[in-house]
Amino acid sequence: MRLARNHASILAQASLMVATLCWSVLATASDADNGRILYRNNCSQCHGLKGTGKGINAPHLEVAPRNHTDHDEMIARTDEELFKAISEGGQSVNKSVLMPNWGKTLSPEEIEDLVAYLRVLCCQEQ
Amino acid sequence: MTKRTYLPLLTLLLAWPVVPVAGFAEEIPAAANLCLTCHQVTVESDRAVQGAPPLFYAGNKFNRDWLESWLQTPTRIRPAGGFFADHIITSEGGDSIDTASLAPHPSVDSAAAKQLSDWLMSLRPHDQLIAESSEYSPAPISPRLGAMDFVKFKGCGGCHRDTPEYGGVSGPELYTAWQRLQPEFIVSYIKNPRAWNQQSSMPDRNLQDEQIHKLVNYLKSLHKED
Ligand code: HEC
Ligand code: HEC
Ligand code: HEC
Repeated sequence: MRLARNHASILAQASLMVATLCWSVLATASDADNGRILYRNNCSQCHGLKGTGKGINAPHLEVAPRNHTDHDEMIARTDEELFKAISEGGQSVNKSVLMPNWGKTLSPEEIEDLVAYLRVLCCQEQ
Repeated sequence: MTKRTYLPLLTLLLAWPVVPVAGFAEEIPAAANLCLTCHQVTVESDRAVQGAPPLFYAGNKFNRDWLESWLQTPTRIRPAGGFFADHIITSEGGDSIDTASLAPHPSVDSAAAKQLSDWLMSLRPHDQLIAESSEYSPAPISPRLGAMDFVKFKGCGGCHRDTPEYGGVSGPELYTAWQRLQPEFIVSYIKNPRAWNQQSSMPDRNLQDEQIHKLVNYLKSLHKED
């Protein structure tokens, strides 16, 4: 009797724990959909609405913005490298200063969302 | 809390966004009704408005003479419109501005322009932000070094034009910045764009005050007295 009740409460506790775990993973996982919105608002002006590096400012830049749909170039970079380029700007990864630093403008979570969206652009969308 | 205490609170909450904040604003003139359909003119309302620049801090931003005359004969300031992403055609060759989607700005007569300018210049919720910005006094700068700094070293030219022909198109033209904008606003905006406009697509480049002052000196040098 007592054993059974214990079992039930352990089961209840365990399922609560699983639920909490799932929820916290969901809540902290980077969100490519949010990244898509951030990309449109901030990045598309140079990298283009489709991410091909041909935004409305591209003809006016001395260095061409990266084509984020270029599968081979993009898989050559780790998520950490992409995060650093976005957060600290092109100069921090020995690229052009024309790629701005966004770390004072966007939060670390937002930059993670952008990295997640870059992975969609390069490697999931046709 | 009882229902009775909720009611006035709720009324207050509902009425709050449309009531101009006491001490900041003159009464909204009737001529402004049209403006409200596109622009954000109160401090907290319509956070999501992105298609037209916010005007709720107009008194902290514009030079009055420019404002009054522009309202009568408005010209385009942002080559790709209020929010660039709404005015783009995407093709194989890349993105281009959908000029057909850019409507001319409504104009008003001189009496309305004067009345609207009186009202707009009274909107100053960001006096504090201006007071906190670094003290700036104009100094001369070599045009060549100024341009190089603006385009190559600071990357401003990627999004802004420093001449009618040269520069990026997602941001407002800056060869007219000195004519349009208060110097303290320019300094403060470059320091922290999102303190002014949550929706701004301009990055905070983490510049030192002296670097900002140098850029502002360059913008001043682009202004031709007439
Ligand atoms: C002012 C134009 C401009 C804007 C706005 C811009 N970029 Fe860039 N970006 C560039 C340029 C130019 C390069 C290429 C730099 C080079 O190759 O030297 C680049 C390169 C990159 C790279 C590649 C770095 C590498 O390792 O090759 C990434 C990643 C990137 N940008 C992400 C972003 C994201 C995300 C945003 C929006 C938050 C953004 N960029 C906004 C101009 C811009
Ligand atoms: C149909 C929408 C619309 C209406 C109505 C409208 N505006 Fe605008 N306004 C815009 C857009 C879009 C811009 C940006 C234009 C540009 O930069 O070229 C703008 C720009 C401005 C600017 C320059 C702001 C800046 O930061 O550069 C001022 C000042 C202004 N409007 C005032 C007014 C006033 C006053 C009224 C009412 C008489 C009004 N507008 C009515 C859409 C509108
Ligand atoms: C990635 C593009 C981008 C870059 C790079 C950029 N800006 Fe901007 N800037 C914008 C946009 C977009 C706006 C308008 C935002 C808004 O409506 O609030 C703006 C607004 C401004 C304004 C306010 C002008 C006005 O009429 O409202 C000033 C001043 C300015 N930028 C100066 C600079 C300077 C100086 C630099 C270089 C350090 C720079 N910007 C770099 C995109 C950019």
